[in-house]
Amino acid sequence: MSLSAQDIERIAHLARIRVTPDEVGQVQAKLEGIFKLIDDMQSVNTKGVEPMSHGLDMVLRLRDDAVTEKNDRENLQRNAPQAAEGYFLVPKVIE
Amino acid sequence: MSWNTFATVAETKAALEAKQVSAVELAKHYLDRAAQLNPGLNAYITLNPEKTLSEALSTDNKRSKGEVAPLLGVPIAHKDIYLIDGWRTTCGSKMLENFVAPYTSTVVKYMADAGMVTLGKLNMDEFAMGSSNETSFFGPVKNPWDTSRVPGGSSGGSAAAVAAGLAPASTGTDTGGSIRQPAMFCNLTGLKPTYGICSRYGIIAFASSLDQAGPFAQTAEDCALLLNAMAGFDPRDATSLDRAKEDYTRDLAKPLKGLRIGLPKEFFGEGNEPGVLKAVEAALDVYRKLGATTVEITLPNVKYSVPAYYVVAPAEASSNLSRFDGARFGHRAKEYDDIVDMYKRSRAEGFGAEVKRRILIGTYVLSHGYYDAYYLQAGKLRRLIAEDFKKAYEVCDVVMGPTAPEPSFQFGAKADDPVKMYLNDIYTICANLTGQPAMSHPCGVDENGLHVGMQIIGNYLDEARMLNVAHQYQLATDWHKKHPNI
Amino acid sequence: MAQWEIVIGLETHVQLTTASKIFSGASTAFGAEPNTQASIVDLAMPGALPVMNKGAAERAVKFGLAVGANINRRSIFARKNYFYPDLPKGYQISQFETPIVQGGGLTITLDDGTTKFIELTRAHLEEDAGKSVHDQFDRESGVDLNRAGTPLLEIVTEPVMRSAKEAVAYAKALHGLVRYLDICDGNMQEGSFRCDVNVSVRKPGEPFGTRREIKNLNSFKFMQQAIDYEVRWQIEQIEDGKKIVQATVLFNPDSGETRAMRTKEDAMDYRYFPDPDLPPLVIDDAMFDRIKASMPELPEAKCARFQSEFKLPEYDARLLSQDSATAKYFEVAVKTGADAKLVANWIIGELSATLNREEKSIEQSPVSSVQLASVVARISDGTISNKIAKTVFEALWSGEGKTADDVIAAKGLKQISDVGAIEKIVDEVLAKSAAQIADYKSGKEKALMSIVGMVMKASQGKANPAQVNEIIKRKIS
Repeated sequence: MSLSAQDIERIAHLARIRVTPDEVGQVQAKLEGIFKLIDDMQSVNTKGVEPMSHGLDMVLRLRDDAVTEKNDRENLQRNAPQAAEGYFLVPKVIE
Repeated sequence: MSWNTFATVAETKAALEAKQVSAVELAKHYLDRAAQLNPGLNAYITLNPEKTLSEALSTDNKRSKGEVAPLLGVPIAHKDIYLIDGWRTTCGSKMLENFVAPYTSTVVKYMADAGMVTLGKLNMDEFAMGSSNETSFFGPVKNPWDTSRVPGGSSGGSAAAVAAGLAPASTGTDTGGSIRQPAMFCNLTGLKPTYGICSRYGIIAFASSLDQAGPFAQTAEDCALLLNAMAGFDPRDATSLDRAKEDYTRDLAKPLKGLRIGLPKEFFGEGNEPGVLKAVEAALDVYRKLGATTVEITLPNVKYSVPAYYVVAPAEASSNLSRFDGARFGHRAKEYDDIVDMYKRSRAEGFGAEVKRRILIGTYVLSHGYYDAYYLQAGKLRRLIAEDFKKAYEVCDVVMGPTAPEPSFQFGAKADDPVKMYLNDIYTICANLTGQPAMSHPCGVDENGLHVGMQIIGNYLDEARMLNVAHQYQLATDWHKKHPNI
Repeated sequence: MAQWEIVIGLETHVQLTTASKIFSGASTAFGAEPNTQASIVDLAMPGALPVMNKGAAERAVKFGLAVGANINRRSIFARKNYFYPDLPKGYQISQFETPIVQGGGLTITLDDGTTKFIELTRAHLEEDAGKSVHDQFDRESGVDLNRAGTPLLEIVTEPVMRSAKEAVAYAKALHGLVRYLDICDGNMQEGSFRCDVNVSVRKPGEPFGTRREIKNLNSFKFMQQAIDYEVRWQIEQIEDGKKIVQATVLFNPDSGETRAMRTKEDAMDYRYFPDPDLPPLVIDDAMFDRIKASMPELPEAKCARFQSEFKLPEYDARLLSQDSATAKYFEVAVKTGADAKLVANWIIGELSATLNREEKSIEQSPVSSVQLASVVARISDGTISNKIAKTVFEALWSGEGKTADDVIAAKGLKQISDVGAIEKIVDEVLAKSAAQIADYKSGKEKALMSIVGMVMKASQGKANPAQVNEIIKRKIS
């Protein structure tokens, strides 16, 4: 596995994290080291193995359809960087 | 009032019940110690004496009215990853530097229901990503045993606070060893329960399929008392196990005769510092004297734990941390060109280097064309590792080995080399990948006097037995009774 | 145009009629003040976790059963990762590799009476996004997360439709079905039923052309216009030697044109993976059987029953069974004893026309099914003629009287069936109609109609037409 500077820029954009051009090289070097560690697992033959995500194989519990939450806007907007008239405000989105 | 700072939870509970001490007196005692010692240790990020004392007073009032609760008035400090309504909750990050939680996590609520009083919020690696507490935006926590050394991580503040007597017990979370490794580094007992035992609701998610809450204390008995309060079904967490309440203290007194301890040869190899192995071997002798037998086992796939973990955890984290976008809460950059730039700058400024690194790894492994080779392969390895353990439990009851291959290290020793840092969790990660319970208890020191922990990994839902095992060891030894000179 | 084949597939987002959201206990009611129905979970507060709504799963299964699809007893929720202000978690919980419903289909009927089976690829559960307002603030967009987390069933067809008409017929049939099943309120203005249309063109026999996706159509009329425009545009492009570039486009109802959305500089990479907060959704036998037992009679079955039970022609039966409200209206009317065929005629004819004209749904009809039945009963027993019945119907529509009998009595519309009274009017008319009588006698049948018309007019429409006919014939032959 080798990561190019373009790879770093692509994933940084996907992840919405600003990485300045002079940071790219350093990030690239660190990630390459980590991928060397990760790539150890590529040699294992896992054909036919069912992937596992939770130890005790769980089944989704279903909740009855009922409204249990009340309006809590004031409390929940207290941490908002910018809010007005009940809306969370973000820089204008142009489609 | 004179209070023994290092009284256990069990002793504190008894003293409160005998009215030898009040909750307010206890709260004041630990708050005073925190005021005095925290500036040097940096274990707490947030203290709120007013809130703490009013909670304490209310538990005293309850007691005087004859109300009972299992841990009424016992103080507890929480890792700053647990939301508590009205308390600042930072997760060790600039991103949440000024975030005041609008609701309370289930674990904290259950502990409050059990009568516990919140002392404060504890320092941690940023978003629980780290093994040394050096990634905290609020600065590293010092190991109370040697302040030039790390307390371990990510629950470093939780370990340091209890070790230094700034709290009789604390909560942590463990995604890859974040309770067990700091417990070892600070000479404490720490438990990561079976996945699904403690609700994750209101705990800021790092890796959803691995995260689990658990207690730090001086003894296994205390951990059992604390787990009684923390554990329990929560309808707000779809991965919470819907099962009857257990009393985790029920088996503490059982003798260990006949206990079969599995020793994975993969945990006793050359990667360990010799002093660590020596302490672990000595502890195993104690276990044998207590009537246990040991049997060598093999976990052939466990060596892939670290690579699998560094796929699964960053992948889930990259998605879990997307909500920190500067839109509804958290840090927002002062200047930006447009919405995309606002996201990018806010996240670049709000997250530290390690968090960003893991988000980028996670984004990469999930991105188009790589999913099968990474995330899916890691998921399959989890199954293989779990099957290794399943086989092991045919010949043993619990698995033991060192909690970490080396004891606490100096600040900066691994900070520049993420891979070196990651390998410190080589023995703890497997239990998160499989969801099994695992704990660490003090078992001696190496030649430099640095603390060594014994890890006990148990079968699913076998916490009561593991606590029994550690408790019996602690009845026969006094490593857990040693405290730093501060 | 003839040498081009149009290829259309639809993805429809159907909001399910649950009271609460798919993963939180917040209300799904439409139109609340911004962010007053956005809970900790809907706002993606740190530490919040999703918990699945049973009602949403049940509705998805109900739909799957109705279209004869395979119900995956074990389906997986996945995260679709992308950043957008109305997507608070930075990912949408959806289903990717293993949706709850796979396959199945529904039959559409075109205007010329032909039918076509539209195959479905899949239907999966997911959560709706919030909404942004762009014109309320100078420099910012406002984000309202009330809609975030509303349960959606996304229903995807195979690319099997070959005209805008087929696409619209499918959308209408699907709209009828989800309302029939009572899993969606079908309110298109409020966005409860939204269609994305994938359109491409090709020469017959060639592989599929590059498609463009028209997003978020919320009326059948716009769908027809948008597809027509898009097809013309694509053909022009290709005939001009240009290539179609895959794109997402929006339809502007004012200009009648489609326009590509700002193209993203990078291809979307959603990084799907199974949501670790949500174990697999398992529909166990008990739940499956319970839903199956609760299934309402489906349009096809109802259509067949209307033909056999009420002896309706297929055309009438199909129209009446297409949506549940109409079918219910019909069945209630017939239950009062009214003649089924006459009731059918009235619903398909006068009632539908009047509802259309006044832009009302059948549930909003001022004339109830029982009232319409009372009108039909009076036609059947000869109290009023079909023509007078229209007057009675209009009076009931505008609220003059509660039953047909009230109106007939109040307006004196009762049919004259008394032979003496009719003979009197006939005699008066015949006295003035020598020319017509002569014509009739010389074999011109039409002349009789003219005399009948004059008699009816003289009786103000109230004379029994059959009796009038018979009396005139008797008197002049």
